[in-house]
Amino acid sequence: MSDQGKYRPLSYFQLMEISLRELLVEKGILTNAQVDAEVEDMRRRTPERGAKVVARAWVDPSFKKRLLENGTKACEELGLDIPALKLVVVENTPEVHNAIVCTLCSCYPRMLLGIPPDWYKSRNYRSRMVREPRAVLREFGLRLSENIQIRVHDSSADMRYIVLPMRPAGTDNWSEERLASLVNRDSMIGVAVPKGPSE
Amino acid sequence: MPESKFKPGDRVRVLKAYPPGHIRTPYYIRGCTGEVERICGAFPNPEELALMRTGLPAQPLYRVRFLQKDVWPDYEGSAADVVEVEIFQHWLDPAEVM
Repeated sequence: MSDQGKYRPLSYFQLMEISLRELLVEKGILTNAQVDAEVEDMRRRTPERGAKVVARAWVDPSFKKRLLENGTKACEELGLDIPALKLVVVENTPEVHNAIVCTLCSCYPRMLLGIPPDWYKSRNYRSRMVREPRAVLREFGLRLSENIQIRVHDSSADMRYIVLPMRPAGTDNWSEERLASLVNRDSMIGVAVPKGPSE
Repeated sequence: MPESKFKPGDRVRVLKAYPPGHIRTPYYIRGCTGEVERICGAFPNPEELALMRTGLPAQPLYRVRFLQKDVWPDYEGSAADVVEVEIFQHWLDPAEVM
């Protein structure tokens, strides 16, 4: 249902944002154009960026090697600039499943996945993902055998993480673009796995 | 950059301390013992940054791997499951020291 045209009073944080922004502009610290450009940039950052990186790693073993060694540098090859932060790419294998959380706040690889989903920032996910990851993954519909080691990565400081999921079976000879279409946000956070054509 | 005291594979224990301020060492991992997975580099100390100071000299930051069963005694899942946390050097002791 669209709320367009319906009057709603501004929330506390909306008011704060407007007041702060207007003050910064008034004092000449920022211009409205700079704010708009930053918002535009933020909108352009979507999980499609991460999917592009994953697909490239699936088709190009030497890129994958560089990606696992130094995520930030490898992403530069694809024209993705990840300023000031170090990207750590963690690889899923038949023996290991990785998942990402930030228990302290909501650190998230925004440069590759965009704005985090609300559940990622929820107290529920943040506290339970380190405490009972298997139960949380089950709630996401992901049942993993006891033989698979689960590695939970708590982004507690300056690193940002992204999961490199396993390439689904039945995708031989697929183009990079088509492969990227299989990779969604949740599979790069590690609460899902990409599904192949036969699943 | 101050020298890294630990290298990958070293056993380390996280300090069990509760100082006030902005601390990037999660509560649940304090006092736990794990293994250095990698050295991430050196970064300005967030505890100092939070006080509007420079945070310099930058502090070595490690990724430390803990067995879940060591972190949560009643952990449900494989005994091989791990959690990896980034911890600054000044929060770590060699694990041999009690």
